[in-house]
Amino acid sequence: MTMAPGRALKLDPIKSIKKAPEEEYYQSGHRTCQGCLSALPMRLMAKAAGPRTIVLGTTGCMYVANTTYMSTPWVVPWMHTQLGAAGSAAVGTSAGLKALMRKGKMKDEPINVIAFCGDGGGADMGLAAISAALTDVEYNLLIFLYDNESYANTDIQTSGQTPWGAVTTFSPPGKKHRIMQRRWKKNVPGMLAAGHPDTKYIASGTPAIPVDMMDKVRAALSAGGPTYMHVLDPCPKGWHYDPEHSTELGKLAIETGIYPLYEVKEGVCNYTGTTRQIAQGRRERKPVREYLEKQGRFAHFKNQDFAYFQKKVDEMWEQWIIPGVIAFSYGGPLNITSEKAAIRNNNVERDNASWAGDRPGHAHEELEGDGGLDREWVDDNALGDPSSGN
Amino acid sequence: MTMQETEERGGRGTEKLMTGTQAVAQAVRLADVDVTAAYPIRPYDGVMQAVAKLIADGDLDAEYIVAEGEHSQFEICKHASAVGSRVFVGSSGVGWMYAMESLAVTPSLRLPVVAMIGNRALDDPGAFGVEHNDAMAVRDLGWQLVWVENAQECFDATLMAYRVAEDPRVSFPVGIGVDGAFITHSQTLIKIPDQEMVDEFLPPYDLGDRLLHPDNPISIAPQANEDWVMEIRKQTDDAARRVKGVIQEAHDDFKRIFGRGGDNPFFEEYMTEDAEYVLFGMGSLSLPAKVMVRRLRDRGEKVGFVRLKWFRPFPTEEMVETLTRFEAVGVVDRDYSYGSPKQGGVLFTDLRAALYDAEVRPRLVNFIGGLGGRELTPEMMDDMADTTRRAAAGEDVPTVRWIGVRE
Ligand SMILES: Cc1ncc(C[n+]2csc(CCOP(=O)(O)OP(=O)(O)O)c2C)c(N)n1
Ligand code: SF4
Ligand SMILES: [Mg+2]
Repeated sequence: MTMAPGRALKLDPIKSIKKAPEEEYYQSGHRTCQGCLSALPMRLMAKAAGPRTIVLGTTGCMYVANTTYMSTPWVVPWMHTQLGAAGSAAVGTSAGLKALMRKGKMKDEPINVIAFCGDGGGADMGLAAISAALTDVEYNLLIFLYDNESYANTDIQTSGQTPWGAVTTFSPPGKKHRIMQRRWKKNVPGMLAAGHPDTKYIASGTPAIPVDMMDKVRAALSAGGPTYMHVLDPCPKGWHYDPEHSTELGKLAIETGIYPLYEVKEGVCNYTGTTRQIAQGRRERKPVREYLEKQGRFAHFKNQDFAYFQKKVDEMWEQWIIPGVIAFSYGGPLNITSEKAAIRNNNVERDNASWAGDRPGHAHEELEGDGGLDREWVDDNALGDPSSGN
Repeated sequence: MTMQETEERGGRGTEKLMTGTQAVAQAVRLADVDVTAAYPIRPYDGVMQAVAKLIADGDLDAEYIVAEGEHSQFEICKHASAVGSRVFVGSSGVGWMYAMESLAVTPSLRLPVVAMIGNRALDDPGAFGVEHNDAMAVRDLGWQLVWVENAQECFDATLMAYRVAEDPRVSFPVGIGVDGAFITHSQTLIKIPDQEMVDEFLPPYDLGDRLLHPDNPISIAPQANEDWVMEIRKQTDDAARRVKGVIQEAHDDFKRIFGRGGDNPFFEEYMTEDAEYVLFGMGSLSLPAKVMVRRLRDRGEKVGFVRLKWFRPFPTEEMVETLTRFEAVGVVDRDYSYGSPKQGGVLFTDLRAALYDAEVRPRLVNFIGGLGGRELTPEMMDDMADTTRRAAAGEDVPTVRWIGVRE
């Protein structure tokens, strides 16, 4: 039997770090910051995907600091693409391979196509192109969004993925406004999963939990069609912490329930790892404060800010129809006769922190006598990074 | 090959009544394009409708991707080109501008993307009609730009575009400027050769060692900065200097195989032999210009018309050789260049620069007309010819004049 051109490569789960392939397809040559957890997922992703892979990458730290002329770290073929073009780069590459293989102009074999992008490139500028790519079901591709929660390469600016309240160079705390970043982080993997019912695989992961991340890459590549992965990557420079805490922070993001791990496979959502334990009530969520306090970007937080942040995360767990995935509840009733019509939060009265008008920190006046941590925010990266600057 | 054989070969294939966009689509079919991406904007998108139908009917085997915007449309084709697919893409007006970032990187990546630009006025205010500023916005970036006169040239230029773009000495994108409405949407009888002839003219697309493929694991366009950017730009400039020679070669083959294409690939001269002054322009204005020339010649005027085809590369030596034969040249710009050296059009400004080194220079006057799709009538042509005649006679005339503007 001849297989359809452009078919997906089948990759088995790795399951344990000891069983991960030894070969590296992303090697030395990059010059990212020490403790950069955006570079690590590149390495893990390439390792999981293997040699029959083409990688495309948007502008950002993983281009400017990562892929320098004459010292590329990429062992597999790699090509730059424009900041908002991860989706279209993946589609064009995959479509090109498919056409050539079908027409007998290129050897017919499965080749992985992975386009990575940062949160700025993917979740802001390139969201429309990613959305379009996820509807192009004929093409095998993986969009891999490495989320370091800022436009890092241009010197840490607020993106649609920057957490509420975080300090960036576009949201410095000041005398009048303590909190300049007042937008809640967009729920990108959930949004993409909800909006693209034909996409066979969408997952969230983090390099802090490498096997889970690599197996999700493999599941995505094996699924066939367009797929998406969102990967949370602690960034010492942008989040203001000592590089040695990168992995710890990645894990804390999950343990506090701020960043849930899950996969949506052929229309079925399942939590993975620690998030699954939390969801099944086998584990308590840690207070968000444990995660936030370890990062300089939240050093200006007062008690009320921690409280607000906690309330938003609680809300995500207690009121979302699928906690951490689908950002609304259901007003019902629903007239479904099937036995499976179990809908969460039927007729729930929603007390949404961001609608209740009690967003703290927008002006210092509100703070008198607040009694929070009396910390001044200091820019510990004041001199910037020589590798940044696009 | 004898003349007769050439004619016979040129006659092989079929003859059909077609619009400019349909003619381009026929060339896309015969070029066996692998990937194309579409986004709607008039007037170019007729070509995408025609290509879609060719695919639906099984006449062309290609991936047809409906993009969610022109930026993606052009990025998709750029990346498909990098893995070895022959691609076709296009746009018009603000759509072309929306793709601008992708338009800028494609020549830097030296990828031979072929695009049809259905020339259209830029917003605001909205206008569907032709203006050349859209395509001209990329003139400094490495896009090779050719303008056509009718549906037959749409077809011919598209085949030429692939041949020139994909030549390893060139490896640049080529844009085919097709005047909105006047050419995109008007039908003429065109000759469509058979596949065998096209295959003789157009070799398969081969990126060689620049192919992005697991068997050739290169890194394309890593961050270079000041260490290497100058060298890379210089290589690109060297390639840009080679394009003219490759166009000439391709043109010679085109003529031999298809028996068409004129004396030279770069421009067309119309009744210029004994002309004292000429009008000069690109695209569909050649029709009223030629009517004007015939009419004025009947009255004994020694007037002619020169139509530029390739605007990039600009055929400087050829222009010097040809245009210095005349006393005066009236450049008709279907575009504008606000604040440019003489406050004239883009074509005029470039031509002035091209003629600067000539020993004897004709007088150059400029007319801005036909903007937003307004018709350039034979009467307007008469008017422009008259000003050019007076310039030739040494009279004092304005250097730049807007034509047909209501007071
Ligand atoms: C169209 C465009 N606008 C702006 C830039 C400048 N720029 C270069 S890298 C970058 C940051 C991208 O942020 P993100 O995608 O999150 O990647 P990160 O740098 O965080 O790794 C920006 C804004 C650009 N390269 N292209
Ligand atoms: S700024 Fe952040 S993402 Fe960029 S290289 Fe440094 S640690 Fe990595
Ligand atoms: Mg980022």
